[in-house]
Amino acid sequence: MREIMVRAMYCEMLGYDASFTYIHAIKLAQQGGVLEKRVGYLAVSLFLNEGHELLLLLVNTVLKDLQSTNLIEVCMALTVVAQVFPKDMIPAVLPLVEDKLSHPKEIIRRKAVLALYKFYLIAPNQVQHIHAKFCKALSDKDPGVMASSLHIYLQLIRSPDSYKDLTGSFVTILKQVLGGKLPVDFNYHSVPAPWLQIQLLRILSLLGKEDQSTSELMYEVLDESLRRAEMNHNITYAILYECVKAVYTIHPKAELLEKAARCIGNFVLSPKINLKYLGLKALTYVVQHDAKLALQHQMTIIECLDHSDFTIKRETLELLFRITNAQNVTVIVEKMLDFLRSCNDEHTIIHLIGKVAELAEKYPFNKPEFMNTLLPMKYNSWFIQTMNDVFSIGGDLLQQDDPNNFLRLLAEGSESKEEDDQLRLYAVESYLTVLKGHTSHLPQCFLQVMSWVLGEYAHLQESVDRREVIRLLTQLLDQRSVSSETRVWILSALTKIPEGQTDLILDLAESLSSSQDTVLRQQAQELRHLSQDSQLREFKPVAVVCVFSSQVDSSLSFLDGFVSEALAAGAAPYKPPHQRQEELCEDRALNLEPYSFSLPVSLSSCSITDRQSPTLLSVSSGLSGNSAELSQKAGSSTLILEGVKRVWGKDGYLPQKEATAPPVDEPSAAVQPASQQEAAERIEPRPEPSTQNQDKQQLASSLFVGLGVGSSVSLLGKSEAPPPRFRKKPRPHESSSSSGTSKRSSDSSSRSSRNTTDSFLYGSFPEEEPATSISTFDHTPKSTTANGLSQNKDTKEDRHANTSQILGGDMVIVRPSTIQDKHPPSVSSDLTALLPADLKDLPHSDVISLTSDPSLSLSSCRLFRDEALLLVIFISNCTETVIKDVAVQLTLKHKHQQMTLKNFFLLQVFEFMRLILMNSILSVTHRPLVVTTEEYGKLWLSLSHDVKQNLKLLTDAGDPLRTTLNALKDALQLHVVDIIGSEGIVACRLLSGAPCLLHCRVNGAALAMWLRSPHPALPDFILYHCQRALAHH
Amino acid sequence: MQFMLLFSRQGKLRLQKWYVPLSDKEKKKITRELVQTVLARKPKMCSFLEWRDLKIVYKRYASLYFCCAIEDQDNELITLEIIHRYVELLDKYFGSVCELDIIFNFEKAYFILDEFLLGGEAQETSKKNVLKAIEQADLLQEVSTQSVTSEHLCKCIATPQ
Repeated sequence: MREIMVRAMYCEMLGYDASFTYIHAIKLAQQGGVLEKRVGYLAVSLFLNEGHELLLLLVNTVLKDLQSTNLIEVCMALTVVAQVFPKDMIPAVLPLVEDKLSHPKEIIRRKAVLALYKFYLIAPNQVQHIHAKFCKALSDKDPGVMASSLHIYLQLIRSPDSYKDLTGSFVTILKQVLGGKLPVDFNYHSVPAPWLQIQLLRILSLLGKEDQSTSELMYEVLDESLRRAEMNHNITYAILYECVKAVYTIHPKAELLEKAARCIGNFVLSPKINLKYLGLKALTYVVQHDAKLALQHQMTIIECLDHSDFTIKRETLELLFRITNAQNVTVIVEKMLDFLRSCNDEHTIIHLIGKVAELAEKYPFNKPEFMNTLLPMKYNSWFIQTMNDVFSIGGDLLQQDDPNNFLRLLAEGSESKEEDDQLRLYAVESYLTVLKGHTSHLPQCFLQVMSWVLGEYAHLQESVDRREVIRLLTQLLDQRSVSSETRVWILSALTKIPEGQTDLILDLAESLSSSQDTVLRQQAQELRHLSQDSQLREFKPVAVVCVFSSQVDSSLSFLDGFVSEALAAGAAPYKPPHQRQEELCEDRALNLEPYSFSLPVSLSSCSITDRQSPTLLSVSSGLSGNSAELSQKAGSSTLILEGVKRVWGKDGYLPQKEATAPPVDEPSAAVQPASQQEAAERIEPRPEPSTQNQDKQQLASSLFVGLGVGSSVSLLGKSEAPPPRFRKKPRPHESSSSSGTSKRSSDSSSRSSRNTTDSFLYGSFPEEEPATSISTFDHTPKSTTANGLSQNKDTKEDRHANTSQILGGDMVIVRPSTIQDKHPPSVSSDLTALLPADLKDLPHSDVISLTSDPSLSLSSCRLFRDEALLLVIFISNCTETVIKDVAVQLTLKHKHQQMTLKNFFLLQVFEFMRLILMNSILSVTHRPLVVTTEEYGKLWLSLSHDVKQNLKLLTDAGDPLRTTLNALKDALQLHVVDIIGSEGIVACRLLSGAPCLLHCRVNGAALAMWLRSPHPALPDFILYHCQRALAHH
Repeated sequence: MQFMLLFSRQGKLRLQKWYVPLSDKEKKKITRELVQTVLARKPKMCSFLEWRDLKIVYKRYASLYFCCAIEDQDNELITLEIIHRYVELLDKYFGSVCELDIIFNFEKAYFILDEFLLGGEAQETSKKNVLKAIEQADLLQEVSTQSVTSEHLCKCIATPQ
């Protein structure tokens, strides 16, 4: 039986059908002795695949063998389990396999681990509970078992977050392997356990991806691997390659990158063709991070391009595709097309043709002209020609997207109508030429594209008789090779051509009316009616302008009217899911009191408008984006309008704008008690500390919140999150108001000053300014005598209260500093003079008065430091008395913490710093980037994420472009690099160094802005602020 | 690894191991296409091949082609070394292996492969351990049956399909 089975296997391999032996193979595994079993299992694993129904018959045998005392039998059972096993039956054997993880024999443990790996691959949720056991396998004393467990981890770590803590272990293992701690027989060509090394390197690169702290752990060991892998053998190159990839995947370290780049040189320059291939592959990977690396190997790349080996050529093209820019696109596309013409592999064609189309479509339009090496006319012809090639080569293998994208490009066009028409015209001309030639070999999809374009744009071409166009199209219809789908396309094109030759059309419609295809018949009927009825034809739009350009209004602003009506009728405002979530999470900090106020009130629509809470506002704005203003206008009451204006309108990004804004805000702010969502600041009376120095009794303070961004990385790392948040809820939280009533200190004997401060710094940056409210208590008039300065009306004490720094994520270091001496009184307008010496020289915004009342006034100002934004809050005493204690509560969004101005501020949990980090750092902390035009050009090409939009142009002064750019420059701290004719280039950068380049061009009354940055969210962000800045100019 | 194929210069399949479930028809199609493509390549060309969405790594040893299919993100060079290691194992086991050894003992070749690769991943990279495992199992195997098998297979091969 056994021999027969072996023969059956052989027959099956030779291609004969041996399915009748399948059942016997199972029987053999079931009934035979050890020898038969071995062959039986082998036959089963070769014959059957996972889904085969006969496998169910095997389950019992496997179960029995797993429990066997014979090692060999267990081994065989595990082997077959790891190869073919029905998914549904995993639970049956799982406990047994799990047991085997602690088997004394390492071979059993190893196979058990691999069986579990297989289970994980086919049914990940069934092995979830044994992750701890994988951990044990990882620390197994046998290297074989440990190596097998790495397979599992490599899969698991594809979602790396929960495995970061294992980084240390992996690094240690790799170190041990490198140090030759493994038994000698794991060596391969005297390299210690290369498979293990590669596995580990891949795991490490997954772990270190976009994670600086984890990456730091592995720098050393990566360096060592790079160093050790110097022997000239394939296996060391394999490790090197993996190392280079890891180095470029994890958080970059300059030194390592340099070494890795040198290694790539070894690959590329190697005479061995395999290594060359791998070098190209590595380069392809690496140029995504640093395009310049390709420059060093120019010559090799060129050589490879003409290489006789297809594989090498293709890989080179892949590399070229990655380094394509506006200047070299024509050459690269040409090379790719050359390759495609000589290529006959379907998959390769599909793959590459898509890329060609992508390149061609990416570069023709929107190209800053000073970078354009081609004249527009030439460019058009190139583009159309390329696309013609794409369609004729790719033919019907093309994915549906490619023709669609092309047509959309034609239909939507770019900024200027002229250019578009030229392009369309060229397309029409070239298609007419193509159609006049031999058409039977053209792919269907090309014909479809052509007929669409001719239908839409044939009228642009004056010189060609419509009759001619119709004749060409009808000619197509007569061809047998044309599919019925294409016929439909052609017919609809004919429908679009105005004033068609009625006789021709009628003939055509007649002949097609009897077609078997119903769609075709329908079209033909329509066509006939249309051509017969001249009246009907009048109605027909002469040219269907743009079928594709239906734009999606993502802000749903057309619903605003409806929303405001619903709100007025007492409906609950819509809250986006994330906000609801936050509200749920937000606990005691939420002051519920105001709700009881606003709830009854909200029954009458009038009072809603009065008490329109910022929450409500922000909610509706979250819904409708920038159109909130509109929505409020649609609301009935003028009060709303005012409120809206105050809240939304004046929130210029410009500091000076803000300076003007708050006074306007004040009255409305005062009547907005309903907005307590952010937990209004609470003033807490502080018992006068006996130890307090009398000299320091007069109280005013300035608070420096230094937000040192610990590392640029953390910013970059986090920045994925903020932009959406930023977009979705532009300003949900900066409102704060303190209900002074409840906070009034009733017990204070002399005078209790109440301060209701409502600082509404709407909008400028989401929550850069913590809203503050202050009230003072326990003025002790006696102490004024102790203070020589008591007669001064405006005594101030500048306290360099503390500098808190945020390092990395949420870590806050609070550094209370000593209280500075009193400053001489000064005019309140010149508060900046009070700044400590080390901050005086920094650029700062205007001082903004946040609030004031008879006793206290509060103002703030922002300082821009290179690495941080400082927020200074001045608290000044307006009375003659001495204030001893001021409790300041800084509230930001929902988080709040207290600061007490005593000897120093006690900054407690700085939860809100996280928020500041996320939003305001990003928002305020870009700095001008000073570059030259040449540098700019280079940088521009290397950046990937781009955003384009048209902005308003300021037209009040002489040169609109210059005026606009200057306005932007003032508002956003940009650097205007150069202005050339109607185009200007501007640059700025984040604190972390990520640059953002802006290219502006005057286009009619609009400013076409094109932003690029390595950082995906930055362009959106800058654009947003540009819009704002211009809107408020 | 997705699958491994061994075929001769004449295009005859000598060993096949599939680690992904595929129907027989697909297997045959893939084999046919691949054998053609690989045989058409010149010796100076590189050992890698992009084929559909897979990477093919192949190497020729005497008259036999060893051919592995891997995914895009896998390391080609190390796959090449896996092939080499497998050849080393066969060599050690059979003592200077040749194509006929694999034809006549192809189940042995499978057993070795199963000890070396399991479920498409390298199971045991230590040469000693793999051979030890095989020898243990072989202890139970009778020697006499081998010759019978071989004779029959000889006939099979003599009359190609």
